[in-house]
Amino acid sequence: MQVSITVNGQQRTDEVEPRLLLAHYLRDVRGLRATNVGCDTTSCGACTVIVDGLTVKSCTVLAAQADGGQVTTLEGLTGPDGELHPVQAAFRAEHGLQCGFCTPGMVMAAIGVLADNPDPSDREVREGLEGNLCRCTGYHNIVRAVLAAARSGPAAGRVPQTQEVEA
Amino acid sequence: MIPAPFEYVRVRSVDEAVAALTEHGEEAKLLAGGHSLLPIMKLRLAVPSVLVDISGIRELSYVRVEGDEVAVGAGTRHSELERSEVARTEVPLLPHTAGRVGDPQVRHRGTLGGTVAHSDPASDLPTALLALGGTVVVQGPGGRREVPVTGFWTGFFETALAPDEVVVEVRVPRTGGAGWGYEKFTRRENDWPIVAAAAVQGRVALANMGGSVVRATATEEALARGASIAEAAALADEGTSPTADMHADQEYRRHLARLLTRRALEKAAA
Repeated sequence: MQVSITVNGQQRTDEVEPRLLLAHYLRDVRGLRATNVGCDTTSCGACTVIVDGLTVKSCTVLAAQADGGQVTTLEGLTGPDGELHPVQAAFRAEHGLQCGFCTPGMVMAAIGVLADNPDPSDREVREGLEGNLCRCTGYHNIVRAVLAAARSGPAAGRVPQTQEVEA
Repeated sequence: MIPAPFEYVRVRSVDEAVAALTEHGEEAKLLAGGHSLLPIMKLRLAVPSVLVDISGIRELSYVRVEGDEVAVGAGTRHSELERSEVARTEVPLLPHTAGRVGDPQVRHRGTLGGTVAHSDPASDLPTALLALGGTVVVQGPGGRREVPVTGFWTGFFETALAPDEVVVEVRVPRTGGAGWGYEKFTRRENDWPIVAAAAVQGRVALANMGGSVVRATATEEALARGASIAEAAALADEGTSPTADMHADQEYRRHLARLLTRRALEKAAA
């Protein structure tokens, strides 16, 4: 079947099998490999991306279900001049990662948390990230990074413009 | 893990969904949020040859007051129900319970109709619905019919739904300011309940205490007789048949049912 999906502002039409998962579409069809597949069972959140403004676990969504939609991955956060998204910058400043495997999903989930609640408490950040596991157990710095991103301003909860569709 | 191959059919209306189910019979499964179905397809525990995607039927997503009831469209996502002001005012047990399902990403996808049709005995929202009472509205080739929630979940992953029927709506009584409680015991916050208890207006329902979600009838009868919360809650596991698994043995589940029922009733009375 054909799917037409806008990823990080770039729309493309691809022929895919109906059973193709969004995570595999992003990695193998679109070549965007920041999105990691961790547990592959909707538990760990490493594959979290934003579809039509909402965080989802892309290992449990069919590419077919994103047909006609807007997807943002970690690659889409960085500005054209290489400027980091405020959440990325906060993860770097606060050392919100150890091995880095969970980081793309954590960053996307954190943007979702801040989009909902621009000024969360420590507990609200922890509850908002309940669907993301860090096997290094580096949660403390991750939470600190999200709180720092929140303090940096409202841009931390913003998904970059994804409307610039190619003609 | 990759699901087995299937044919994908996208429908834009409930009529089209019913027609697709009628055409493909038991080989077809409905796909809404996909957060129960896709995981079991990836494990090849379910191998439908046709998936009928109803997630594009946006008119199935609503929460509204109709007379003495609140009507919730089957396509309403858990995150939508959790935030619905109508639901929070008119039937607060329901949005609270929606907020206890899984994690934010799961709640962005999962739908009320999906969890109702899936009939997992450990699911949160059917437990709340069973405590609330009300009906599940289903549509098939012969039109719509209403099934009381008390008769809808018939067993482990089994419901009163026919293979060619679609859950279109859930209707629950408006409880307004009446007290309620939902107590869920898990090892990790985003897990299914090991046991859960929902209480509202003298009715109590339990998750994971049998093949389907069940009412704590002995507790309800004791409350109706005027028994204290402690006395009534001590009967919560009567007539239940919990399973044993790696999380809990049967006796521990019975203990949890009594304890969580007491806490849920105390919250409802507070």
